[in-house]
Amino acid sequence: MKYEPVIGLEVHAQMLTETKIFCGCSTKFGSEPNTQTCPVCIGMPGVLPVLNKKALEFAVRTGLATGCTISLYSRFARKNYFYPDLPKGYQISQYELPICEHGRISIIVDGTVREIGITRIHMEEDAGKNIHEDRGNFSFIDLNRAGVPLMEIVSEPDLRSPREAVEYMKKLRAVLRYLGVCDGNMEEGSLRCDANVSVRPSGQKEFGVKVEIKNINSFRFVEKALDYEIRRQIKVLGDGGKIIQETRLWDSGMGVTESMRGKEEAHDYRYFPEPDLVPMVVDKKWTDEIRASLPELPDVKQARFVSGYGLPEFDADLLVSEKAMADWFEAAVKAGGKPNSVSNWMKGELVRLLNEENKSFDDCPLAPEQLAGMLKLIDNGTISGKIAKTVFDEIYKTGKEAEVVVKEKGLVQISDSDEIEKAVDDVIAKSPGEFERFKAGEEKLAGFFVGQVMKLTKGKANPRIVNELLKKKLSS
Amino acid sequence: MELFRLTVAEARKLLDKREISATELINSVYRRIDAVEDRVRAFITLTKGQAAGMARNAGTKIKSAGPSSPMLGVPFAVKDNMCTKGILTTCASKILFNFTPPYESTVTSRLNDEGYVLVGKTNMDEFAMGSSTENSGFHVTRNPWDLKRIPGGSSGGSAAAVAADECIAALGSDTGGSIRQPAALCGVVGMKPTYGRVSRYGLVAFASSLDQIGPITKDVRDSALLLNSIAGHDPLDSTSAPVSAPDFTAALGRDIKGLRIGIPGEYFIEGIDPEVARAVRDAIRKLESLGAVPVEVSLPHTGYAVATYYVLATSEASSNLARYDGVKYGFRAEGKDLMEMYMKTRSQGFGAEVKRRIMLGTYALSSGYYEAYYRKALQVRTLIKKDFEEAFKSVDVIVTPTSPSAAFKAGEKADDPLQMYLSDIFTISVNLAGVPALSVPCGFTPDNLPVGLQFIGKHFDEESVLQLAYAYEQATDWHKRDPDL
Repeated sequence: MKYEPVIGLEVHAQMLTETKIFCGCSTKFGSEPNTQTCPVCIGMPGVLPVLNKKALEFAVRTGLATGCTISLYSRFARKNYFYPDLPKGYQISQYELPICEHGRISIIVDGTVREIGITRIHMEEDAGKNIHEDRGNFSFIDLNRAGVPLMEIVSEPDLRSPREAVEYMKKLRAVLRYLGVCDGNMEEGSLRCDANVSVRPSGQKEFGVKVEIKNINSFRFVEKALDYEIRRQIKVLGDGGKIIQETRLWDSGMGVTESMRGKEEAHDYRYFPEPDLVPMVVDKKWTDEIRASLPELPDVKQARFVSGYGLPEFDADLLVSEKAMADWFEAAVKAGGKPNSVSNWMKGELVRLLNEENKSFDDCPLAPEQLAGMLKLIDNGTISGKIAKTVFDEIYKTGKEAEVVVKEKGLVQISDSDEIEKAVDDVIAKSPGEFERFKAGEEKLAGFFVGQVMKLTKGKANPRIVNELLKKKLSS
Repeated sequence: MELFRLTVAEARKLLDKREISATELINSVYRRIDAVEDRVRAFITLTKGQAAGMARNAGTKIKSAGPSSPMLGVPFAVKDNMCTKGILTTCASKILFNFTPPYESTVTSRLNDEGYVLVGKTNMDEFAMGSSTENSGFHVTRNPWDLKRIPGGSSGGSAAAVAADECIAALGSDTGGSIRQPAALCGVVGMKPTYGRVSRYGLVAFASSLDQIGPITKDVRDSALLLNSIAGHDPLDSTSAPVSAPDFTAALGRDIKGLRIGIPGEYFIEGIDPEVARAVRDAIRKLESLGAVPVEVSLPHTGYAVATYYVLATSEASSNLARYDGVKYGFRAEGKDLMEMYMKTRSQGFGAEVKRRIMLGTYALSSGYYEAYYRKALQVRTLIKKDFEEAFKSVDVIVTPTSPSAAFKAGEKADDPLQMYLSDIFTISVNLAGVPALSVPCGFTPDNLPVGLQFIGKHFDEESVLQLAYAYEQATDWHKRDPDL
């Protein structure tokens, strides 16, 4: 039997606010344990939460950018459970009346556009972190993260393959980063993902029994974990078994999902409205202001890159995947670079060099103007495309202008026919046998002669002239 | 006259005229404490050392030119569920037996700014859950009028301290009557302001949507004065109302002629102590003689108030008290693993009544019961609120007994939680509706036990409540009597 997977994602995104959601403590990552805490986020007796308006604004921004309806009346709720990293014994979250509902995000998989529904986006506070270091029988708790604002973005069960799930995550991450509401760093945990996945016989309308997978903390693992889980479920069903509704943990080391022991009984979180916070009444004027301040989002930018710059769809997709990359592209074009050349150099050489150094367009050492300057030198014949690769490495490393590098290193292309002819003659003289075969019609030897000439001129000979001269020699 | 007998207003006058010093005043209060506290046992913590320093500072400020803040140099008792920086704050619970907050509640912070003198932290029912102060995790407080009897609760320590003149005035907190009922039983004035009038920041939460801090004082003027000091919006408490507080003393002395006072039939029911009923009826006649116009009103959902309250208050409490888990502060029992540590800490740290309420509330919020209990109770709460709105269309203030009986004997109801819960039957609706109310002494039973009269006002209309209560008080002598200690 053929099965179809049904996937929904719950994504937790840490908001990029300066301070925590209900107190004034810093949200900075990586500080000494418990140095960014106060009576409020430690959950001391008698203290009260006060909502950080920035967190609300970020949630509204995200909602507007994903086509959600913004609830003009929304409220917080308490999610009750005991855990040492949860200082109050409850998490302030939203349950009934979340801030955003009914949105969508579109993704492209195999050239097909798919609209993925967003059920809701709600705000909540993060918990702290338990530290189980080898210090006798004690565990430690770091509450620096407790109270850091999170958005939980819940998708509809609209995804039909692990690849779609990955594309959705990538698109969502791009949108969050465009909006400046989340840095999208999955390694540091600022973007986390739980997945609900089930399978059903192809053509069946009803959903199968779903399993929740937790602890998926990279794009690679989204695909791997889902692949594994789908195969597991299909096998269970194929063997005549039944899927149990449960929570499974992704073990990236073993590459498997495993049932979370001890959590067999469903949690009863005893949600109820948070009495310490008044309901949020969002004013239409304010949401309109936020809407007006939204940046151009990836989809719109992509379309503009295709129509405005004549880029292929695929290139445009890549360029808009990061706002910094798209901005870099436009700056290079503005500095005189031809869109297609800029794009080609970016996705080829530049991305390669950035990857080598583990850098991104946010901290790109090369200025867009440098690339544009180099492209000018190619266009006006000062340097060859081949030499340009050397020049590119150099301007990337040194920060110098291409013109300067070309001058310093004497890389100017030789377009002087006499000089090149001399080189051609030298090469022919050194390889009389090859030349005879070439003359006799072994055309593929053209490449050999061009290569030898280039070698002799240290790559500076204008390849067009080299070819012309070779042709001339052949017919002489 | 002994200085400890002074009211806030009287003390202010004498201090400002420099007829007495703040140090003399606190010394007198402490002499009184030395004389009676071993019988009354109103306090959990006495802050004699800090008080001496605070009084000295107040003395310096009074001597310097310029007008004094209203509470400058005045000795106060504070219920032990309000956080005082650097001073033990236990909520009368073993689970917080060693808890010293590194922060100050907004109310005490405002009093600090005015230069008050903290006498000590008063006893209470553990986490403010109770009506007799017998649920304290530490000791039982006695009613100064009859030491065999309880002072009411949960602010029993504060009410007893005011009645026994162990302070000039006190702060209490009221979730279902915890200021008014002990004030009534101890023969003093207790006010629960409108929900949101006074900041809850630093008040250890029992039921967040019902808790409110208020004054317990020797007379109505002091109640207005103290409310002036603590009322007003606080950015640290999102539920504190963004409305400015008036000068509450301005209402005192206004003629009450023509004011319509509502008498709800539902509050004069069977089971009410006849002596209490008699005293309250006399009081209403007195108000009438002063020009007020009694009007019969109905609060039809009164009968559901106690049940509604015990669903909502316990639900919130079950969540509010989850933080006492032995992990971060307070009492921790050792356990072989995390679960055992949790269980032992909470089993040993909380008293029976607190555990009973945590279980009730956990049950009411549980999946499958939420709709039937919590949500239903919220709906009834709305109906109760509407009852008051309806009644206040035809009257200015509602007058009722504060408590169905005078102070009962220690142990009398301790084993019968339902009977105990009914002692708040006249005060609970007020918290559910969020309206302000004040209890003022209105007579004595033949056993010489005080009886309280409750005035209930519209939202944010403490002024009418104070106006009527003051008029009544001025026309009677009940507040002038002192217990024989």
